[in-house]
Amino acid sequence: MTETVDLSMFVEPADAGASHMTLAVEGISCAGCIRKIETGLAKLPGVIDARLNFTQRRLAVDWRNDEIDAPRIIEALERIGYRAHPFAPERAEADDKAQSRWLLRCLAVAGFAAMNVMLLSVSIWAGNVSDMTQETRDLFHWLSALIALPAAAYAGQPFFQSALRAFRARQLNMDVPISLGVILALGLSVYETATHALHAYFDSAIMLLFFLLCGRFLDLAMRRKTRLLAGNLASLKAEFAHRLDASGELVQVPAAALHPGDRVLVRPGERIPADGTVLGGNSDIDESLITGETLHRIARAGAAIYAGSINISGALTMRVGAAGDNTLVEEIERLIEEAVQTKSRTVRLADRAARFYAPIVHTTAALTAIGWLMAGASLHDAIVIAIAVLIITCPCAIALAIPAVQVVAAGLLFRTGVILNGGDAIERLAEADTVVFDKTGTLTLPDAQIDQTPSVAPEVVERAARLGLSSRHPLATALARMAHQRLPYAGAVEEPGRGVRAFIDGEEARLGSAEFCGIVSDAQAAEIGPGDASFISFAHGATTATFAIRQILRPDAAAVVGALRKRGLRLMVLSGDRAAAVAPVAESLGIKDWIAGLTPTEKISIVELLKSQHRRVLMLGDGLNDAPALAAAHVSISPITAAHLAQAHTDAVFLGESLMPVLNAVAVSRRARALMKQNLALAAIYNVLAVPLAIAGLVTPLIAAVAMSGSSLLVTVNALRARFRPSIRL
Amino acid sequence: MNVLIYLVPLALLLGLTGLAGFLWSLRSGQYDDLDGAAVRILPDDDLIDQRGKR
Repeated sequence: MTETVDLSMFVEPADAGASHMTLAVEGISCAGCIRKIETGLAKLPGVIDARLNFTQRRLAVDWRNDEIDAPRIIEALERIGYRAHPFAPERAEADDKAQSRWLLRCLAVAGFAAMNVMLLSVSIWAGNVSDMTQETRDLFHWLSALIALPAAAYAGQPFFQSALRAFRARQLNMDVPISLGVILALGLSVYETATHALHAYFDSAIMLLFFLLCGRFLDLAMRRKTRLLAGNLASLKAEFAHRLDASGELVQVPAAALHPGDRVLVRPGERIPADGTVLGGNSDIDESLITGETLHRIARAGAAIYAGSINISGALTMRVGAAGDNTLVEEIERLIEEAVQTKSRTVRLADRAARFYAPIVHTTAALTAIGWLMAGASLHDAIVIAIAVLIITCPCAIALAIPAVQVVAAGLLFRTGVILNGGDAIERLAEADTVVFDKTGTLTLPDAQIDQTPSVAPEVVERAARLGLSSRHPLATALARMAHQRLPYAGAVEEPGRGVRAFIDGEEARLGSAEFCGIVSDAQAAEIGPGDASFISFAHGATTATFAIRQILRPDAAAVVGALRKRGLRLMVLSGDRAAAVAPVAESLGIKDWIAGLTPTEKISIVELLKSQHRRVLMLGDGLNDAPALAAAHVSISPITAAHLAQAHTDAVFLGESLMPVLNAVAVSRRARALMKQNLALAAIYNVLAVPLAIAGLVTPLIAAVAMSGSSLLVTVNALRARFRPSIRL
Repeated sequence: MNVLIYLVPLALLLGLTGLAGFLWSLRSGQYDDLDGAAVRILPDDDLIDQRGKR
């Protein structure tokens, strides 16, 4: 039976019978790939245009509807050798793109203005110590004003808007002193120009905007890059479901396109695509992603099943549930909502600095003006000096100090396989003093693995594993990962629910349940012992073998856990699984604090208890049952295999089978936080040096320009030190 | 110093041309795929097309 595939949710109609689709493409590595894909698709009849974005690893295709359709384009790509996944861009991505273009435009305008104003300013500085006439100087000042005022009005918008928002909310952020400084500097300069004065501060104001916009743009560019990659990964993970239409026809649709009430067929070995209830069939299902429980549950008609579980043994038909049908998911969403509400918003380092900094700066400026008035200066002089104080303290270096480090550290983490959801996660990661692990899928690998039994000869393992390549059963696919030669046996036949058989060297070999393989007494199974393992048997002539398949630890779990402990972190395991399954894991990792059999509510209450003891909890988890605790914790990390709802509430996601990225994240964040503090200190030292000069009335625009660029450069260079990977000892 | 009367506007005009050029290149999407632009110049099959040998 050929199945129809319905990709309509990803296809956008273009003009006159044409369509457009974006695909995330796997395995693009070189220049040749671009040509292969683009020319390969252009050759297909009906394809109007195919353009690959190499930076984003995404392909945009346009085609005429009457000649070709979306599934055939994906098939064609597969024939060329690339797996492509249809992709629905998130709204956040489009917002980011617009924001990033806007910042770049502001940056360009500020850069242009800064260069030209500086050109005029240098002439004035030189002219002031030589023979420049007053008329020429005024002309240059007016020209500077002509460039600087419109440029600042345009390029300053990101700061003015943010300051206005903070002001309306009766809060202080860094943008308040920035905006105030820029506006006062420009206003004062215009006044000074009109009164034929020697100095004007147009260059300082516009240069300040240019430096700050650089910081803002880099910060956003980093976030955009990680979000793009996260979007691609999400589409790679997207599941397909077999929907049963009213006519009884089977249509393959993306899981995201399922609607409540749809009937879906789930074959053995497939992931359940949506929450719902079983209509018919009988099967064991693996709910480890939902509850952390590693024992399989039996699902019959009427049972509630959850997206992300794996159907193990039999085919099931299910009805997709409507929101409100599903007690477990609803309960978890309610818990998450509560957790997010009660989570005290941690004040970020930058805001804390702003709250401390802005009042001091403004009071100093006011006191300076009063001081000079009392000392007998004219009102004009007193105000000019007070504004010079505001300009020199304008927190250029402070505003760059933290974003610069965040950008560099996030870039380093990105390369080591950690994708951050936001820059401020770095600060919170560095503060963590307690690590709470989930067991299933976090400490252990997400998929069950074969537990090698020493009594089975390697060539038997190889034969069994190769036979496993022909099966879709989860146990067989776990075994198939052991195959060195990834070539299925010719003529292998799968008997659904029982096993797979083929002729190897003229003798029939079988892989499947013990009775399918004709093994009566499961002697080897008994030898492996009870516990959480599932068994799969292999028979080839007289040779028989039984393999245990169970959740095993991530390869470097023990080393990483040890290294975390050495760094002074308190470790805990909170699992939804049975005590019998959790105890050996905790023991092998040397973690004494472990609790098993927890519900999502209990997990979250333990996290809250730790918080009430003033511990800052780093939560690691992947399951639906971990989602509320992830949302409640001070900071959280999930593996990329985590359930959707869990991933939506974590601060970072890590890739791969290794647990090492977690250690990297902690180590890099701690180093980054140290650098942030260093940078703040550097900016403070600069102020301590420059402010007395300003108060004494000795600051000229030249001194302001040198001090401002000098301190900005200093913190940026210092931030670059975060690039060097700290030597991480296990 | 009278030369400033037309040199300064000329300098500004040149600067503005550069700015306009940048804004145009930004709008026309030339910064959307920086890595791709770097490798797209490597294949030279377009030259064969020009000579009409293909």
